[in-house]
Amino acid sequence: MMSDEAYRTVKDLPTEEFMVPGNPLCAGCGGLLAVRLFHKALGGKVVWVNAAGCMTMLSVYPYSPLQSSWLYTAFASAPAGAQGIRDALDLLMKKGKISPDEDLKVVVVTGDGAAYDIGLQSTLGAVQRNLDFYYLCYDNEAYGNTGFQMSSATPYGSSSATTEPTGSFPEGNTGHKKDLFEVWKSQKPAYLATISAARTVDFLQKVEKSMKISGPKLFISPVGCPTGWGYDPQDTIRIEKLGIETGMWPLKEYIDGKVKHTYVPRALKPVEQYLETQSRYRHLFKPARNEDALAIIQEDINRYWAEASKAEGFEIRLIGT
Amino acid sequence: MKSLSLMTGNAAAAWGARLARVDYIPAYPITPQTEIIETLSSWIRNGEMDAKLVQLESEHSMLTAAGAASSTGARVFTATSSQGLLYGMEMLYNITGWRTPLVLVNVSRALAAPITLEPDHNDVLAARDSGFLQLHAENCQEIVDMILLSYRLAEDRKVMLPAIVNLDGFYLSFTRERVALPDMKKVAEFLPEYNGSNPFRASRPVAKASSVLSSNLYSYFRYQMHISSLNALSLLGRISGEFESLFGRSYGPVEEFMTDDADYVLVMTNSFSTIGKQAVVRMRSRGVRAGLLRIRMLRPFPADAIASVLAGKRAVAVFDQNIAPGSGGIIYPEIVSSLYHLKNRPEDVFPVIGGLGGKQITMGEMEMIFEMMHKGHWSAEGPHSPLYLMRNDEIESVKKNLQIAGQVVRQ
Repeated sequence: MMSDEAYRTVKDLPTEEFMVPGNPLCAGCGGLLAVRLFHKALGGKVVWVNAAGCMTMLSVYPYSPLQSSWLYTAFASAPAGAQGIRDALDLLMKKGKISPDEDLKVVVVTGDGAAYDIGLQSTLGAVQRNLDFYYLCYDNEAYGNTGFQMSSATPYGSSSATTEPTGSFPEGNTGHKKDLFEVWKSQKPAYLATISAARTVDFLQKVEKSMKISGPKLFISPVGCPTGWGYDPQDTIRIEKLGIETGMWPLKEYIDGKVKHTYVPRALKPVEQYLETQSRYRHLFKPARNEDALAIIQEDINRYWAEASKAEGFEIRLIGT
Repeated sequence: MKSLSLMTGNAAAAWGARLARVDYIPAYPITPQTEIIETLSSWIRNGEMDAKLVQLESEHSMLTAAGAASSTGARVFTATSSQGLLYGMEMLYNITGWRTPLVLVNVSRALAAPITLEPDHNDVLAARDSGFLQLHAENCQEIVDMILLSYRLAEDRKVMLPAIVNLDGFYLSFTRERVALPDMKKVAEFLPEYNGSNPFRASRPVAKASSVLSSNLYSYFRYQMHISSLNALSLLGRISGEFESLFGRSYGPVEEFMTDDADYVLVMTNSFSTIGKQAVVRMRSRGVRAGLLRIRMLRPFPADAIASVLAGKRAVAVFDQNIAPGSGGIIYPEIVSSLYHLKNRPEDVFPVIGGLGGKQITMGEMEMIFEMMHKGHWSAEGPHSPLYLMRNDEIESVKKNLQIAGQVVRQ
């Protein structure tokens, strides 16, 4: 371990703020919390490169809550924007036109719609070129900013504005969530991790570790979305914790060719405890329980952790075993 | 460096970028543009040029990287054609909004479907309203010179908009012509180092391309872009004057070829203008007072310069090497609207459409256009209905192909 020592407990959280209060995002936005923590870990010398999504509302002319730089690009090509900025800074430093003090960390920040769907080609391009950049995907599992339509990050069984549960489609979304971690991993990025603000120290340690590495540093942060998921804004962290404890959201990292789960619950909680908290899954319980759909969701989680525990040799108690 | 070299249009474009001492070249291959990025790549890899070329995974990404690097203070060059320009179309509108003064060479190639290779101008004219400045070249010399002029115009603080330099695929991209390459030292005098506006720097955070949720603000920024584009038109005279004093060649927004005493003027753009000019000379030898007006700068649109040349002419024909299905030529209405306010506007402005997909134009067809203007005889559907160029031998070849494809061809 290189530099985990910087963050041992949540008390080690840097007090410095790079995002001042006041912005148009929803109360209880999990994505906002992830961006704020990420910024604390990275420090202030940052240029955010954004694709269309909820975070696009952070910088609304003439305001920005960020004490760092910002470029809104387009929906599909934020990583290419990062390429242009990184290359320009490097070549201007090399030509002696700017001082190394003026260098910036280049950080792509997008939602799951950009990361999983329309911007995937652009991301894989940047990773293949071994671009030295950060990518923070705040994954609220749908197109949140447009009113919560299905994305390829939407889990099986979730309702959304385009996967309404009906008599013909009682489970809501019939597709399964794309495994972006595996897709990104296939290109062997320098560093790749899932992070959650609900496990703050794990989150900070991972960002800190990645800062020592040159190349693509990619992060997927599953984040609560009160308006899309249907829960009280005060419950974001509680629900994110349930996501982790039920095994819905594995926290892991990929470095030097190996995947390692950085937090393993001793015993998984039944996934129903997580699903029940959100109205996007209400149709799985009311008016009648959809046992088939609930079983599919639980089995997916069990299968995932059974494979992971076998591959890494850790112990975990699954549901119904 | 020899003062005169024989080179293709694509090589001329690469030389333009090299002489402009660009820092950064995001690239993506597409015929017929590819030779430009191959040439630049080779120069960089052999240490002849101090720049970075990065091959992106699409034109959309290529243009995003181009705009982002320009926003960071690098001088940026890039090139594409046809489908590539359309694939990146969203970013054309974005990077003009970012006010990034880069130069994009478009090597014109007709658009799919059906997919084809040779040029017309539906590709570059699809970018007409993007906010890019547009300069259209007739020959290889103009390509080099227009790239240098474009950087000066684009980087002027009164403009701060990207520019497209257009050249015709095949007819210019792969045609070797004599080019006088400007001296590097003199170019440095003409085009000083790029000094970006509010580039991304650690000491001075800046938010760029922020969202705008007020329609007042949105309108303001759009009007501002329009005014900035028009500023390029008024600046061109001075900048071209400086260019002429250093290199002996000057470029107005339009080229007047034997228009002074002409009664009949043909309006053209790009490389096919060379054929039009020959026709003018032939018509003159037959006693017809013919002339040709070539639009060099398509954006900003030089309406006043066009009006002052065409005022008082007996007839004008506008040659559109493009087609807007359901409307006609794209440039024709722009010419007409620049003449409408004139008291002595030409009585007839005739539309011509030809050269689609690079279809050749013979001297005979060019002469026919002047004859028709001369006689005042236009199409049976009326003077505002386009003349669609297609010769009998070409129709026969189409029929043959249709028959091979199993179509029943009515005689």
